[in-house]
This record gives sequence, structure tokens and C-alpha cells, in this order.
Amino acid sequence: MNSLVKMAWVESKLFLREPVGVFFTLIFPLMMLLIFGTIYSNTPAGPGSGGPQAIGSLIPAFTAMVIGITGMMPITITMATYRENGILRRLRTTPVSPMVVLVAQVVVVFSMTSLGVILLGIAGRLVYHVQFLAHPLSLLGGFTFSCLSFFGIGFILAGIMPNARTAQIIAMVLMYPMLIISGAAWPSELMPAAVQKISAFMPLTYVVNLLRGLWINESWRQHTTDVLLLAILLVVGVLISIKLFRWE
Amino acid sequence: MEPIVKVERLQKAYGDTVAVDDISFEVREGEIFGMVGPNGAGKTTTIECLEGLRKPDQGTLRVMGVDPQVNGQYLRERTGMQLQQSNLPDRMKVWEALDLYASFYPKSADWEVLLSELGLNEKRNTYFSKLSGGQKQRLFIALALLPDPQLVFLDELTTGLDPQARHAIWDLVRDVRARGKTVLLTTHFMEEAEILCDRVAIIDHGRLVALDTPQELIHNLGAEERILFTLKGSLPSGFEKAFSGETRVEVQGERVVIHGKNGRAVPLVSEVVSLLSERGIQFTDLRTEQPNLEDVFLSLTGREMRE
Repeated sequence: MNSLVKMAWVESKLFLREPVGVFFTLIFPLMMLLIFGTIYSNTPAGPGSGGPQAIGSLIPAFTAMVIGITGMMPITITMATYRENGILRRLRTTPVSPMVVLVAQVVVVFSMTSLGVILLGIAGRLVYHVQFLAHPLSLLGGFTFSCLSFFGIGFILAGIMPNARTAQIIAMVLMYPMLIISGAAWPSELMPAAVQKISAFMPLTYVVNLLRGLWINESWRQHTTDVLLLAILLVVGVLISIKLFRWE
Repeated sequence: MEPIVKVERLQKAYGDTVAVDDISFEVREGEIFGMVGPNGAGKTTTIECLEGLRKPDQGTLRVMGVDPQVNGQYLRERTGMQLQQSNLPDRMKVWEALDLYASFYPKSADWEVLLSELGLNEKRNTYFSKLSGGQKQRLFIALALLPDPQLVFLDELTTGLDPQARHAIWDLVRDVRARGKTVLLTTHFMEEAEILCDRVAIIDHGRLVALDTPQELIHNLGAEERILFTLKGSLPSGFEKAFSGETRVEVQGERVVIHGKNGRAVPLVSEVVSLLSERGIQFTDLRTEQPNLEDVFLSLTGREMRE
């Protein structure tokens, strides 16, 4: 337990010392909120755009975006780099369990994602006076559930990629279209029907749907498909992550 | 006393390439035992089998009385391992690495003490990536000493270090032995093995070609030592015949080389010097060339040892 706490603490510091990770997790979502917030503030209210409500709806979407980014990038790159550079090899000579290594990563990335989302919420409240209408526990549950489901993808990618460079490139190639098509970075209502159909194949789409629903106080029951698919992703992710874990 | 490491007929192949071919040896408690040989000789494979990182194809291994494949966790808690290829995250600070690794052991040594003993106190807040090669190796030694181990594995500890850093590391390894710990190391520097190790196993092409103290290995070689000096004036006649035993004198202008068998009753150098001063012959720049492990390797394998 002591080693898990220590490792999570050190890994958090390492995360915050990496400028690219900090930018994408903590700063980029804020920038997006400010950019879209400015556009929306200057648009008259109407369906699909405008008004504080519309800005409010950006918050769950951008939360999904942060989850998409942190699940794909830091986990994949960190795990692949650690394996390629012999950092895991060094750990392997100690009595530490692989589970400590994996769980510490989850704890760190979850904390950083939360931090990014909290910053997003604060900015939304202060700058755009966004109303917080959701049931806090329900939203927190949905957020945690989405994170854990989605993080599995990062571990799976890290497990199957031959080296850190490939892992980084593949993660980016998968991440950017997913952020756009799933409606996380861009309201899906604004996209052509064909693109909306493709979004059904993006796991992040279900995170967006669930979080947007919970944000406007919809019940979990109204999102059984999203919850079911994310639950499958969670189970598969955990199993495959453990199975694919290699020290070197 | 039961040896701390026992290797019996170890064999390991990677596909068609035989890395270790029937190696047996024992390491005694409290010694610095070196496996020496060129790159690709099978040293790292052997040490990694002993560490439990690789599975032997055949043979029996006992480390501190247990089989590394069966009781890996037992050994990871009680031995220190420094690997040839391993790393820490670039932005991890020295103290953070020690603090983190200390938390992995049920009973760990005080890392603050290790930090100063290994001369890393000034670097405690430095990122791993900013350390020099020698400092990184010192940190790895510190990490290997964290479990307060009875046995420390050091794989190619000084590869890539400059001579000064290398000497500093040798002193540290001797300190480790002075604490009553056993050291099993590999190196491809013959000089390092000769200076540092109590006993040396010479390994070539996956086979053990010799095992003894460096002194015995050199002595048994029966090679020549050479005394070289520069004359002021000329040699008196009959000088060549004045030595006991087999010697050969070569004169190249002012430079004189005397070849003699190594391991004589009276050291050749003292015989030469007393003869020169007896006869009142002026000389400068006298030095001796002793056979070394390099020569042992050459004579055993018929090849020069290449880095």
C-alpha cells in the first residue's frame, strides 16, 4: 500500500513536469471553452447554439474530451516509454507487483483528468456563469465510470505497440478524429449525418452521450446503451491490460 | 560453507543461438566474483538467469539456497540488482527514486545514508536525465543496496564511463564487499576484473574457459615479464649472462628490454636493478611490463579481447 501511494505521488509529479501532458490535460480544454464560449456568447439563442445553456452543454462535452485525451495519450505514451527504456525492467528487479504499477497510473491519470475537469468547471462558472443543474453524485459516478472504461484503451494500445514512438503516433492518429467525430470537441449536432453515423463506432461517443445526459439531469436508465457499452469496454480493458502487461 | 550462488551445467539458447553452453561455477560468500569476457560471451544471460529474469533451458541454479525461477520474490526482496540496460524516468529526481524504491522492500536500508555514502547528496534534487554516466551508475548501486542485500548483482557497471569515474566505482564496489556483502559482477574490461575481483570466471562463446584468482590465472600462464630501461652509456660485456634462470636481453640503441619468465623466486626487476647499481651502470625510465588477464585471455582463446 505504501508503495502504491509513493508511486502514485511520484508519478503525479512526473506528469506535472511534462509540459505537453499538462497542456493537453489542463490548458487545452480551457482554451477550447474560451474559444467556443466567445463564439456562442455572440450568437443569438436558438436550437443547437447560443446562450449560457449552450455554453453549459460544452462542459460535459469537453469533460469527455479530457477523458479522451488522458486515456489515449499519457497512459499509452508513459507505459510504452517505460517499457522501451527499461524503466519497467528496473522495477522488475524489485519485489513491487505489476498491479501497483498499473493502478498507480490509473490513479494519477484519473486525478489529472479530474483536475482538468475541475478547472473547466471553475472557468465555466466564473466566466460564463454556467448553471450547475446535475445531480453531483450521479455526475461524479458517470465521470469516474467513463474514465475507468476509457483508460483501458490506453493500456491496450501500450501493450500492443512495439515502441514508444509508434504508440505515440497511433494514439494521436486515433485520438484526433475521435475527439472531433464523437462530439467531444465539437457539438455532434453540427456535423453531417454520415459523420454522425461513424461516431457510433467511437467509444468516446458513449462517454459524450452519458455525460451530456447526466449534465442535464437525465437518469442513468435513459442511457442504458451507453452504460452497457462502456461497461463492456471497462471489463475488456481491465482484462486485456493485465493480460498484455509486459515488463519488457 | 554453502556457496551463496551455485550454477550447475547452465544452458540457455535464443532460437539457434547458444548463449550459455554448459557453465558451472560457485560464488563464495563475501567475495567479489567477476564474469569476464567479450560482448556476447553469455555473461549477461548467465547473470539474468541467476536474477530470475530469464528462464534457463537446462541446469540447476541456487541463489542464497533457492531456485530463482521458483522463489523469485524471495530473491527480489533480498538481493540487489543492477542491470546492464535499465533506466529511470527522465524527470525523476534522485531522492524521489531512492524514496520510491525504498518503499518496495519490507525492510529497506536508510536511503538518506546511502545517498551521502555514494556521494550523491549534492545531486539529490537533480533529474535522472541530467546525471552523468558515473552518477547514474552510483544511483543504480544505491538502488541495489536499498534492500540491504547479502548479494549484489552488477552487470557491466562501468561500461561507457571515463577512467576517473570507473576508478570511483571500483572503490564503491570494494566498499560494498567491506560491508560483508557478496558481489557478482560482469565486465568486458580485463583490467577491471584483474584489479577488482577476488576470483574471475573467463567466459567465451558461452563457455567457461578458466576460473581462478587473477593472480593464479596470470601465474599459471607462465608468460614473460619485461623490464625496460634507457641506458646512459653502454652495457658491459657479459651482462646478458649475469642473470639467474632463463632471460633474454634485447638492446635497441639506448633502450634495453630484458625478458624473463614470470613467477620466479627472486623478482626479475630486483635482480636487474641490483645488477645495474652493482656495476655502476646509469639508467633512466625503468619500467616493468607484467603479463595481465588480457594475455591470459589471448592465450586461452587465441584471440585478442576486443571492447
